[in-house]
Amino acid sequence: MASITLTINGTEISAVAGESILDAARSAGIAIPTLCHLEGLSEVGACRLCLVEIEGAAKLQPACVTPVAEGMRVRTDSEQLRAYRRMIVELLFAERNHVCSVCVANGHCELQDLAVEVGMDHVRYEYLSPACGVDISHPRFGIDHNRCVLCTRCVRVCDEVEGVHTWDVSGRGARSLVITDLNQPWGAAASCTACGKCVAACPTGAIFSRGATVGEMQHEPARIAAIVNARKERW
Amino acid sequence: MTMDRPRLATVWLGGCSGCHMSFLDLDEWLIDLAGLVDVVYTPIADIKTYPEQVDVALVEGAVANEEHLHTIRLVRERTRLLVAFGDCAVTGNVTALRNPLGGAAGVLQAVYVDGVDLQGQVPAEPGIVPPLLDRVLPVHAVVPVDVYLPGCPPPAARIRAVLEQIIAGETPRLAGREMLKFG
Repeated sequence: MASITLTINGTEISAVAGESILDAARSAGIAIPTLCHLEGLSEVGACRLCLVEIEGAAKLQPACVTPVAEGMRVRTDSEQLRAYRRMIVELLFAERNHVCSVCVANGHCELQDLAVEVGMDHVRYEYLSPACGVDISHPRFGIDHNRCVLCTRCVRVCDEVEGVHTWDVSGRGARSLVITDLNQPWGAAASCTACGKCVAACPTGAIFSRGATVGEMQHEPARIAAIVNARKERW
Repeated sequence: MTMDRPRLATVWLGGCSGCHMSFLDLDEWLIDLAGLVDVVYTPIADIKTYPEQVDVALVEGAVANEEHLHTIRLVRERTRLLVAFGDCAVTGNVTALRNPLGGAAGVLQAVYVDGVDLQGQVPAEPGIVPPLLDRVLPVHAVVPVDVYLPGCPPPAARIRAVLEQIIAGETPRLAGREMLKFG
């Protein structure tokens, strides 16, 4: 595989041709915040937290879907990027009803961690407080749409790793909802194998094991990469 | 600039008083604190009116009814440094869980009429029970806030760190998991 040299935050690093800026940066020990990215799944570039500055490019580019190029000069951490990242996290909090204190994922939540990381001490935007439903029709799992950030990790893990595609997205914009089968209650979705991969992959308290109470829901996002890596040669 | 015995107030709006309980969790440091500040208003002591010229106010709770609205405006007018104290003050938190149910009438209907088995009725005592606002608001949505101190409740160590900075004449800037985690 061809080796490529690029500069990230003033440091020259080498990367493999075809890999993303995100992968190259992380291999070099440079942290870029992400939310919709999950190792083992395809990239969608949906959350925009990994936006980086590329010298000569007019627009910011998402590091997860932008491949490295020879001589590329990337900046992952500037005043502008920090301001945008905080704005993105605040907008996620304002869009639905994220109440950490009563959430099953309190203390084990990627959104909560991101808020700390970007230094969010309050949300400057008006809370939309939409009336979102909770579906606990499934015998083992539940989904609380109030806590969903629409990262689609559940959709992708179900399609790409379990090979089922029970999950999908309905609607547009802020009114989008993740749905099971043809927008049936999860418990009535005949395609669901109850494998639990969506539970492992969810970054927030949106998808949870039934019976979990405040702070008890610990996801296992690393399990997805472990499954994908273990089966790589045979799949 | 070190303040000359700051005048400290604590205020309780729409919250569960858990933030004040966490404040009491400062244990023996409260004795040191009593030597450093004058506590001029707090629900823990029986002081009826919010005084003039308060240096620091820790405000617990969200703005949920007409009385809170009146109180927070008075507090802002008479206070130099207003601290949003805990998640309800900062985000609305549990107090704001009712917002998706609609305005005050919808919430009262859901709780006092639809949610009961027998003879549901909306309580009404004009002049005694303050009317609910249609929307529960975080403090900064009503008046300017100077410092945000999140947590449900904020751990005692976090409260102490913020108070120590304020007493030392600094405006606290909170960063990192120990100081900034919600919930």
